[in-house]
Amino acid sequence: MGVEQKLGDMGIVTTTLEQMVNWARTRAMWPMLFGLACCAIEMMSAQAANYDMSRFGMELMRASPRQSDLMIVAGRVSKKMGPVLRRLYDQMPEPKWVIAMGDCASCGGVFNNYAIYQGVDEVVPVDVYVAGCPPRPESLIHAVVTLYEKVQTEKFKDAAKA
Amino acid sequence: MTQLQEVTVDELKHLVSDRAIQGETVLLNMGPQHPATHGVLRLLLELDGEIVVNCIPDIGYLHTGIEKNMEAKTYQKAEVMTDRLDYLNTVGNNLAYCMAVEKLVDLDVPPRAQAIRVILTELQRIASHLVWIGTHALDLAAMSMFMYAFREREIILDIFELVSGQRMMTTYFRPGGVWRDVPVEFEAAVRNFIKLFPKRIDEYEALLTKNPLLLDRLLGIGVLTKETALSHGVTGPILRASGVNWDLRKARPYMGYEQYEFNVPVRSEGDNYARYLVRVQEMRESLKIVEQALDKLPMGPVRSDNRKFVPPPRSEIGVSMEALIHHFKLWTEGFDAPNASIYSAVEGPRGELGVFLEGDGGPKPRRVHMRTPSFDNLGVLPEIAKGHLVADLIAIIGSIDFVLGDIDR
Repeated sequence: MGVEQKLGDMGIVTTTLEQMVNWARTRAMWPMLFGLACCAIEMMSAQAANYDMSRFGMELMRASPRQSDLMIVAGRVSKKMGPVLRRLYDQMPEPKWVIAMGDCASCGGVFNNYAIYQGVDEVVPVDVYVAGCPPRPESLIHAVVTLYEKVQTEKFKDAAKA
Repeated sequence: MTQLQEVTVDELKHLVSDRAIQGETVLLNMGPQHPATHGVLRLLLELDGEIVVNCIPDIGYLHTGIEKNMEAKTYQKAEVMTDRLDYLNTVGNNLAYCMAVEKLVDLDVPPRAQAIRVILTELQRIASHLVWIGTHALDLAAMSMFMYAFREREIILDIFELVSGQRMMTTYFRPGGVWRDVPVEFEAAVRNFIKLFPKRIDEYEALLTKNPLLLDRLLGIGVLTKETALSHGVTGPILRASGVNWDLRKARPYMGYEQYEFNVPVRSEGDNYARYLVRVQEMRESLKIVEQALDKLPMGPVRSDNRKFVPPPRSEIGVSMEALIHHFKLWTEGFDAPNASIYSAVEGPRGELGVFLEGDGGPKPRRVHMRTPSFDNLGVLPEIAKGHLVADLIAIIGSIDFVLGDIDR
């Protein structure tokens, strides 16, 4: 932090473009307004007054995948829903991230049967898994902060390769 | 993973009118990802301009196989699945299932457990209606209502967490009673809610009930006649808003509901506004029941002492050989239910929630079927949406208040 401290009084901060872009991405992440099952109710709780996710720059839930960069898969994904979920993911512009919220989205949870995908990572790549059935709103907020840490360390050259 | 398939208009011939095939009307796909469908409901709309000509629900996007999964579990373990059925009425689902098991094996429930069950299910009814009023108002652009409703809901969830350790999926009711007695803080927590909540409902009503913006979207929209409601098997607040006084808590009392004094709000208009008024009034009535049940809360055991079906308390296991054997048998094998089938129903926040249970003489059910209120209530959506604007359809969906987990199971 050496040079920033010295130049701070002058109103100038030096950083890398990479760091600045990543910082900007974490501070205005727009999740897609997309609830599947029980976890969606806890996701709504996390948005509401008591837990207030807007403290993390996330008050803006977008109903359209084309305007969002974070998909929170909140609930169990059935075989009928899987293709729809994939299409929604494909419609989101890069860069995009996925949080698998809850046991069902992470690993199938209590539903080990014919109807449910045993983890949404069979359908879309997942960045952060959240345990719980359903996870408490604090868990979801922790997942979001964990995702921020991941985004903060992303490299441009990795994105170019992908 | 299977791919999405394109459907040609010809394949939809049996669903839509001839005008759609000729291209006079527009076919529009609403959902499964749409914020106003409250889950993953898909509606195929046939539109003439902005008027809904035809509305075809496509369900199954949340099909979970709960009923089938329950057949593979013992009676105690299958209860965990019922929480995830209608996730806004978790406690009520537990109650419906436990009552069905109790009826099947003829198990008694101590009075204290019955009163605790009544208190918690009525609190759950309020919590469910709070989610409804919050999201319904949010759909109609009253954003702050969502924040207020969820603020109060958190108080109820805190009470659930106090008694069971979980906010939503409590599985606190067990066949033969409840998991354990309520903690000492329970009474104060519920009293605090009883004291605080009537003022909050007044606040909601001051915000919404006479709000001209809301009245425009609710009054006279989505009228459901008594005849249509009865012919589609509609139950719950929607039925009562159409002028039918039918509430299982009054008509077929269970869990000692006959000892509490409460009114069943009934309206005759059958429109969105009547459904709104009925639900708001139901919250007040539920609070009355909670208060009476808490005042009269009897002392005594909270679990039946029939050791063939209900595990002994943990304190007995260390000192009694029989208790240890019962505990071991119940948690490894489960209990055997007779080769018989029963149906038992409760009044959930959305209507009649029934459980059909068929035993096969062993520890696992042969068939479990849920008669879920949302499924039947959704059936009237095409009937009452016809002729309204697309924007009104949003208000109608909100006022029917279905839960997709309840429909698809």
